Amino acid sequence: MQTNIEMIKTVDLHKSFGKLHVLQGVNETVKKGEVVTVIGPSGGGKSTFLRCLNLLEVPEKGQIIFDGVDITQKGVNIDLHRQKMGMVFQNFNVFPHLDVCKNITLTPVLTKKKTQAEAEEMAKELLNRVGLIDKLHEMPGKLSGGQKQRLAIVRALAMEPEVMLFDEPTSALDPEMVGEVLDVIKGLVSTGMTSVIVTHEMRFAREVSDRVLFMAEGNVMESGKPADMFDNPQTPRFKEFLSKVL
Amino acid sequence: MDLGVIGANIAKLWTNYWHIYLIEGVLTTLKLTVFAVVLGALLGIVVAMLKMSKNKIIRFLITVYIEVIRGTPLLLQLYIFYFVLPELLPVFDFSQFTWVAISLCINSSAYVSEIFRSGIQSVDKGQSEAARSLGLSKGQTMTRIVMPQAIKNILPALGNEFIMMLKETSLASTFFIGDLMTAHLKIKGATYLMLESLIITGLIYLAMTYPLSKLVEAFERKMKNAD
Repeated sequence: MQTNIEMIKTVDLHKSFGKLHVLQGVNETVKKGEVVTVIGPSGGGKSTFLRCLNLLEVPEKGQIIFDGVDITQKGVNIDLHRQKMGMVFQNFNVFPHLDVCKNITLTPVLTKKKTQAEAEEMAKELLNRVGLIDKLHEMPGKLSGGQKQRLAIVRALAMEPEVMLFDEPTSALDPEMVGEVLDVIKGLVSTGMTSVIVTHEMRFAREVSDRVLFMAEGNVMESGKPADMFDNPQTPRFKEFLSKVL
Repeated sequence: MDLGVIGANIAKLWTNYWHIYLIEGVLTTLKLTVFAVVLGALLGIVVAMLKMSKNKIIRFLITVYIEVIRGTPLLLQLYIFYFVLPELLPVFDFSQFTWVAISLCINSSAYVSEIFRSGIQSVDKGQSEAARSLGLSKGQTMTRIVMPQAIKNILPALGNEFIMMLKETSLASTFFIGDLMTAHLKIKGATYLMLESLIITGLIYLAMTYPLSKLVEAFERKMKNAD
């Protein structure tokens, strides 16, 4: 599925929180159709890197070129670009005051991408795909963690994004619910959706990725095809990490 | 003191002066309270937004505004609005009643702004991040995602602010503005029945605040059950 078109490119990305220099000049490119997983120790900058890609965190220095546009430039309407970048969070962040259907249809209707009827049609289709169609008019409070996360994925997909960003999508789930969410993500990436996935699930990373990034101490220390990476780690830092998690 | 005499005096006061207590007093008190809290709430929203502004100078000025109003007695503020401002700003040819109402409104805005701010900040940050990541604007995120969730914290606190303000309007009687406490002062002056008039006045205040506070409680319970 992977093409040679550059979907997201970061140039010398720097981000600090107070004295903590979390990103120290990240240069990365994600191609259209590529599935990139980001692994590494906590505090290594994985989530911050991901959150910079749609400017939930604003980098102090560097560029983020999305679909040919440098979105860090002043005057760029970031809302329009975010509509093309779906994001899934560790804590689901479904909207508790809206039912499942409204969670999905709110944004496509508000941003005038779809009429209410079209959006509902799409919501049903998507819910069907992830096995939640019987929850259409349920409130999120009644859903399990795994169901909430599947809803969050569907909510992002309803905007018909070009890229999906996943920020540790299974880290807050009970172990028995991890599988159902990973299955949905696997199904999605198999359709050719460009994805950047921050995860602690090494088996999953190995299975779905076109490319794995190992991030630690604020930069990408090693990257490559999953088989090469896991079977033949190069840097001592990555070897040490693998010895702890595998 | 003879309880029988007090009871008879209360009955007499009520028969002769009920219209002053209710029609003049209660109506004026309610008018002042509604004016102060409704306009205070509108002003309070603006103040709350400015307090969360990115601009440091605006934030500083608003903080000063809130701290000065919350840190000084309402009576002092009433004196300034009643005696000082009409002198300083003769272009504003307001009635004495209006000056008092404005003062109460400004006072309320400082408290209400903090109610709004803490209500908004009680909503998990992940909610607005999710909304923004979907491509909603700041305004849409506020009105569609954050506010509907914040309101269940805000409404009970606003109800309590209304009850507080209803009692605090009694300070306006310092200027004989016609509120319920002014009614008491007038009737006490005419009859010299201070204790009896105070009992009536207190009961009328209670008759207004008690149902209101029950209403706020019921609303809070309902919101808790809805979660």
